[in-house]
Parts: sequence; C-alpha cells; structure tokens
Amino acid sequence: MTQKSVVVFDYGTGNIHSAIKAVELAGAKVELTRDKTKCAEADGLLVPGVGAFAAVMEALNAVDGGEIIERRLAGGRPVMGICVGMQIMFANGLEGGVDTPGLGEWEETVHKLEAPVLPHMGWNTVEVGENSKLFKGIENERFYFVHSYGVTEWNLDVIPPFPKPSVTWAEHGQRFIAAVENGPLVATQFHPEKSGEAGIQLLRNWLETL
Amino acid sequence: MSVAVRIIPCLDVADGRVVKGVNFLNLKDQGDPVELARYYYEQGADEITFLDVKATVENRSTMFDVVARTADAVFIPLTVGGGVRTVEDVAQLLAHGADKVGVNSAAIQRPELLDDISSRYGAQVLVLSLDITRSASTPSGFVVTTHGGRELTDIDALEWAREAITRGAGELLVNSIDADGTKDGFDLELISAIREISSVPVIASGGAGSAADFPPAIQAGADAALAASIFHSKAVTIGEVKSVLKNDGFEVR
Repeated sequence: MTQKSVVVFDYGTGNIHSAIKAVELAGAKVELTRDKTKCAEADGLLVPGVGAFAAVMEALNAVDGGEIIERRLAGGRPVMGICVGMQIMFANGLEGGVDTPGLGEWEETVHKLEAPVLPHMGWNTVEVGENSKLFKGIENERFYFVHSYGVTEWNLDVIPPFPKPSVTWAEHGQRFIAAVENGPLVATQFHPEKSGEAGIQLLRNWLETL
Repeated sequence: MSVAVRIIPCLDVADGRVVKGVNFLNLKDQGDPVELARYYYEQGADEITFLDVKATVENRSTMFDVVARTADAVFIPLTVGGGVRTVEDVAQLLAHGADKVGVNSAAIQRPELLDDISSRYGAQVLVLSLDITRSASTPSGFVVTTHGGRELTDIDALEWAREAITRGAGELLVNSIDADGTKDGFDLELISAIREISSVPVIASGGAGSAADFPPAIQAGADAALAASIFHSKAVTIGEVKSVLKNDGFEVR
C-alpha cells in the first residue's frame, strides 16, 4: 500500500501539534497548510477545531475554508473533522448565546449539553454505529472528550443507492453524537489525537478508507 | 457507562528536568520530563500535568521545548501550570502543544485574566489551580493561599472557586495544603465542599499515600485525582490505583 497523504488544515485554530504527530504515527505523510491546491490534492483533509464555534467559523471563513471543504466533498474526496471541526459541519451552533451558521453538511443544531458537570471532560465509552469503519477493532475503547456543546439528534434520510451514514453515540447527561461516518465526510466529537493508542488506531482506520 | 475517573501524574519541572522539593526548596533531579511523561502514558495515565516550578524567563523557553517534545510523543492531554500571568503566556503554551493551562496566583491578583483566557480560547483550556488551607477567618473555613501554601490571603476559597467558574474556569485543581505531603489521604472535607459549589470538573490533589486513598476522593466528589511523589517514588503505579478504583465500582479507562 502506498503511503497516504493528509493535509491538516491550517486555519489558525488551537493545538495541531498532536494531530500532526498522531496522523504521522498512524502511517500518513502529513502536511500542515492552507494552500488550496494542496488541500484539494491530498488523499485526506483533516479539519481540527478548538475553541468557540463562532471563532472557528470566522477563522475558517477568513481562508475560504468552507469552499475548500465543500469542493472536496462534492468530488467525493475524504474530509475528517475533529471536535469543533465536527461541530461546524452541522447547520448552526448556539455557543455563547449567538446563533452562528455552520457549513450545513448536516442539518442539526449544536447546542449546550444538559449535564450536571460541564465541560464533559475525560475518557468516555461510545456506542458504535452500524457498519462503522472508523471504530473497527476499537469498539470497546474509551476516547478523550472535552466539550460543553453537542448534537443530540440525527435526522439525515439517505436515498439509496447512497449508503446509510454510521452514527456513533456517547452519553454525558444526555445522549449526543460522538462520531459520524457519512460517505467522504467523517467526524468525531472526541479527540483521536488525545485518545492514546485507541485514537491512533481510529486514525489508521480512517487512512485505510482513503 | 459514563466518563471515567481520571488519574493524573504531576511532574514538577525546572530547567528542563523533573524535580521534587519540599515547598519548592531543595529541588532534587528526578529525570527527563519527556521520558517520564512517556512512561506514565504507557502506564495508562489519563492526562499529564507539568508544573513549571521556576517560571523564570530563561526557564520559559526550556519549558516550551519540553511541552513541544511531550506533545509529539504522548497522545493524551497535557496541562501546563506555573507562572502563567497573561493571555500571551497561554497562547505560547497552547502553540507549543499544551491542551490546558493552569492559572493560580495571577488570577488572584487579577481575576479578569480568567475572562480574557476563556473568551479567547474557551473554558476547556482553563484550569484554575487552588492552594487551599483551613482558616477561621473566612465564612467557609477554607482560605486561598499563595506561594505554595506559605502565604495566606483573605479570600474565601469557595467564594473564589465560584467566581472563577463564572469568569470561565473550565476545571478546578484543588490542592489541599493541609493534606499535601502527609501521605494520609486526600482532604475529603475540602473536596466535597468544592464539589457542592462546582459545576465544572474537580481534580483532587494533595495527600495521596497509597492506592487506597483514591476511591474516597472520588466518592467525595472529585472527577479526577492528581498525585506526584507516590508515582515518582514508584510506591504505587497508575495501574494499581485504577484497579483499586475499579474494584470499588468506579469507572476507569
């Protein structure tokens, strides 16, 4: 198998150190860039995201991030979002009391979780979706979450012949989406790059789908 | 199933080395922080905390290098505390690979620092460190100290914790000066008092002497427990702590 190339999308958000190293460890050749051609040509595009929903969208929009992501998806080219990088794939986010539009790949809204202790911080179990490729062999592992907002419903109706999305859930106060695998677009609410060996394996599983 | 109890080894770092001293005096070299962090990662640590015990300008750049090398080798969350005084300090630590920063004295002097950090980076990066001792001078009976417990303030610890959460602290690291160094167990009274007023995760710190000391701290309301010397001295492994917790019915990774 030839080595897969992954671009970690550099749009000025948070901590990308571990994301780069973790994807390298999983076996890919990794580059951190926002160059449009490189973003388009890589086998996979990884979209990290740390901070507030609105701030992440603003940073993405400043470098045409939405367009770069949508072009890839339109061509069936794989994209993976992590944490707020997953949240911004939804229609809108209500963080900080403002309603901010997301990229709208999925129609649901990101809202504050109802739980006695927030942020939801630490290692939690997941209820893996049917036909998941990401969680193959690591169904019973725990993954590292740190967030206060999430998505608590999933409505996407898929018309055959497109495959049914695989939705993985977790629970903290209420059930929320831990991961989505929807054709070329996959995303995790937790941080695979902070989830030890299980997280590296999840990234390896993603690379195998590229 | 729910989120697991976190066990967090804490490494005191000075001049790029792990040290351990009594009240930051008589620092004794205990090894390379990156190697030790890696060792704890392999043992099953849920997070790593570095405390920059010198936090001088010269030590700062050495610390950034340690943080960067650790983030490249250890795939669990990394918190760095000690000498964090400005939003720019936070920016630098995050840019070098820290996931969270611990803020202590600077926030006591200037509480708005908490608002500034959390509005820019989110509450999830901001750990408020509290060094607390008992005192009849405050309504709750607990008072905030500075300088590693050597100097008392007139600030009620529970009031301060409440205010810090409102200002955007995403987690509380509750270090009991009374229990610290005793090896008699965590300060359960303090942990449950903090739990009652805290809507954010609480990390218990100070007093761990054996694996059996951990379950009572979690029972008292801590979401996580942090310890240094019992792990460094190899008196107890992280695995042993977790199996004791598991036997007592707590969820661990």
